Amino acid sequence: MVERVGAVGLGMVQGSGYALGLLGKVLRRAFKPRHPLREFRAVVNQMYDHGVKAIPVVILVAVFTGMIVSLQTGIELRGMGSEGLIGRIVAASMFREMGPFITAIILTATAGSACAAEIGTMRVSEEIDALEMMSIDPVRFLVLPRVAALGIMCVALTLMTDCFGTLGGAAIAKTQLGVSYPEFWEGARGALEGEYLLGFLAKDLYTGLLKAFVFGVLIGVVGCSQGLRASGGALGVGRAVRRAVVASIVLVLILGYYMTWAFYGA
Amino acid sequence: MEPEAPADAPAETTAPRTVIRLEGVRKSFGEDVVLDGLDLEVRKSEILVVLGRSGAGKSVTLKVICGILRPDGGTVTAFKQDVAALDERGLRHLRERFGYVFQGGALLQWLTAEENIALPLVENDLCPPGEVEGKVRAALGMVDLRDAGALYPDQMSGGMRKRVALARAVVTEPNALLYDEPTTGLDPITTASIDRLIVATRDRTGVSSIVISHDLDSAFRIADRVAMLHGGRIVACAPPGEFRRSDQDAVRRFLQADPAGEPNR
Repeated sequence: MVERVGAVGLGMVQGSGYALGLLGKVLRRAFKPRHPLREFRAVVNQMYDHGVKAIPVVILVAVFTGMIVSLQTGIELRGMGSEGLIGRIVAASMFREMGPFITAIILTATAGSACAAEIGTMRVSEEIDALEMMSIDPVRFLVLPRVAALGIMCVALTLMTDCFGTLGGAAIAKTQLGVSYPEFWEGARGALEGEYLLGFLAKDLYTGLLKAFVFGVLIGVVGCSQGLRASGGALGVGRAVRRAVVASIVLVLILGYYMTWAFYGA
Repeated sequence: MEPEAPADAPAETTAPRTVIRLEGVRKSFGEDVVLDGLDLEVRKSEILVVLGRSGAGKSVTLKVICGILRPDGGTVTAFKQDVAALDERGLRHLRERFGYVFQGGALLQWLTAEENIALPLVENDLCPPGEVEGKVRAALGMVDLRDAGALYPDQMSGGMRKRVALARAVVTEPNALLYDEPTTGLDPITTASIDRLIVATRDRTGVSSIVISHDLDSAFRIADRVAMLHGGRIVACAPPGEFRRSDQDAVRRFLQADPAGEPNR
């Protein structure tokens, strides 16, 4: 029992070390492109494959998340005669936390798993070895485009989640709680007032988007690192995908908490 | 170590030049000792076939030669460089002198045959962009796949994938070619055509070739020398005729397909 726990712990430490090392390699290569135009095109392709294709599910999940938050919160607020605050609460929830978190979970399921599966399959079928034999750096060729694309698309998709979630919340506020659209938007606008960065970026907005970028990079690094470490044929690839998804979700939660604490609680 | 012969010495008196040498190489995976003091040399422009049972360590030997795997002990010298002492950049430069044909081809699934072959040229800027297409066409012609350039790997047969993999390996004009079981899983006719390609490539370019195989017919058809890997070491290495007459126990059992005394793999 102790041996098993130790082995699991050691595996986690080794995996974390590998992922951190991979992140370092990605960052070094990001600031020293060898073929800027070609590498830019590779990033754009990955943005389409792993980001644009996720838009329909992001919109659907965002709308329903906003509706749920609005309904649950609205019921309690109505009990206190404060349903007019619903716009503020829905907007603050979406922009600060729900937007980046929901988007990260969706990208973990769609893109993070795909990165682990694609690269894991390449590893077990010796395509990664073939790249190394051709003196082609697998980190620059495979990992960097995915990590960059996921960082960018997580920000873009989070903005969409924020907007569509708030829209969904507004619809429920109007139809279920009797809060008019102007009253809802007034509350939502109020939630985003206060501290500004560069004179126009509301704190709730930029903290949420910064979280989204960090989550996107994390999902890409974790997915790719698990794929690169895959072994043992199709079963091994399956294990790598599972580990990538679990690790990404856990790390998104932990990092999300500490970033919230840093911005709002410290 | 064999002495280097002067460049202008008559051919018949020139000692064969060693381009790759493994001395006392050891490699283990956990408790599984795969290579246990392996000694092997590869000469310039020769085709050396390494035979051995499944799991004997043949593929590991190839990967140790080109630095994909680091040995646990011993020395690996390729083109006068100590492979184990090279850093990442040094390994990248060394690998430019190798071509590697993987067992399943290891073609990138999202690229066509032409794109796979062009990949090392384009990514490493090995030739001006305007010359890439010509080199790719020449490589496809060499493996008799002139009309298959637009196919993706899942649209090709096993033999076609291996030929595209060979084209990709030779397009960079390497000094040595490593073949990992190039004929495994192929029918006899395709096997013979791959064998002819291996010999023709060596004849045309003078490249040194190491072929990992357990196909005896193929081995004796193409080899200048045949080596036997057994128990983590090379137990015999000789021209085909001499190899067939070897009285070394492991060689005799392998040639006679006699599993007596061998662990099941």
